[in-house]
Amino acid sequence: MTTAQALMTLGTVAAVTLALRAWPFLLFPENKETPNFLQYLGRVLPYAIMGMLVVYCLRDTGFAGLGDWLPGLASVAFVVVAHRLWHSLPISLIGGTALYMVLIRLI
Amino acid sequence: MNKIAAAFKAAFPLTVPVMLGYLFLGIAFGVMLSQSGYPPVWALGMSCFIFAGSMQFVCVDLLLSPFSLAGTALMTLMVNARHSFYAISMLDRYKGKPARPYLIFGLTDETYSILCSAKTPEGVDENLFYFFVTALDQLYWITGSVVGAVVGGLLPFNTDGIDFVMTALFTVIFVEQWEDGGGRVPAAVGVGLTLLCLLIFGRDGFLIPAMALILIVLAVLKRPLEARERGRAA
Repeated sequence: MTTAQALMTLGTVAAVTLALRAWPFLLFPENKETPNFLQYLGRVLPYAIMGMLVVYCLRDTGFAGLGDWLPGLASVAFVVVAHRLWHSLPISLIGGTALYMVLIRLI
Repeated sequence: MNKIAAAFKAAFPLTVPVMLGYLFLGIAFGVMLSQSGYPPVWALGMSCFIFAGSMQFVCVDLLLSPFSLAGTALMTLMVNARHSFYAISMLDRYKGKPARPYLIFGLTDETYSILCSAKTPEGVDENLFYFFVTALDQLYWITGSVVGAVVGGLLPFNTDGIDFVMTALFTVIFVEQWEDGGGRVPAAVGVGLTLLCLLIFGRDGFLIPAMALILIVLAVLKRPLEARERGRAA
């Protein structure tokens, strides 16, 4: 790939990414009231999307061997339990990540 | 000045988990890009003007593949379609904010995850608060990617798995949203339908059907869920 082609490739990525983030704002400008259905989505989507993102992060989980599923699922389970018990970001985030890093090396 | 300091103070602590994640992921991206022969200024430019974590990793592959603008556009659409989801749910919250154009540009997974669940503290300017969360996140990402591009593969220790901090962050936010109780049905819909689509379509093609199904099911559930919201408010 030439430098010009590389720049065009990256420019396309930047433009499409920005378009994906901007079209709802362009379609429903500030001075008009947001349609009722989109207001509703604005309230319920954050809950659904966070669930979707957790699953998305674990998409490489497989069940061929112990190492394919145990580190990811056990560490997420640790984060859930630790956060419900202590509500401490450092314990949940650093503990969960440390556990994951240890497990992928051991298993 | 005080207004700015107050907004910064409110924003910074919330971004610390993203700082950890973005520095490490950014470094990983910078290392990959420099190993495919692009000098650090390319990492800097990409993190300034694209600012989309997972897509920038895909870009490294695209740069090493045969040139195709249509293929590039299609790939970006598939990988980043979820950002339109974030935009829809931020429509009202970004309304009337002077920083809106930048907030829209900087709407990444991590910034969205902070802003969708954060409540602006009493007396803090919401426009500045949103701006600082977004700008700090981008600063971490730029810093990480440039450091990675400069040091290349010379890191003194093996950081495999450190990117799990992002999974942990999303999980923590999910737990906190679950405990606030206002959206357990949509939360279960999000997890359940995404899992279902992952099982049916496999890891490379599940996200778009999952998003479509989530939209459809949430639309069908609009009446009962709004009735629940009114019940909780009463």
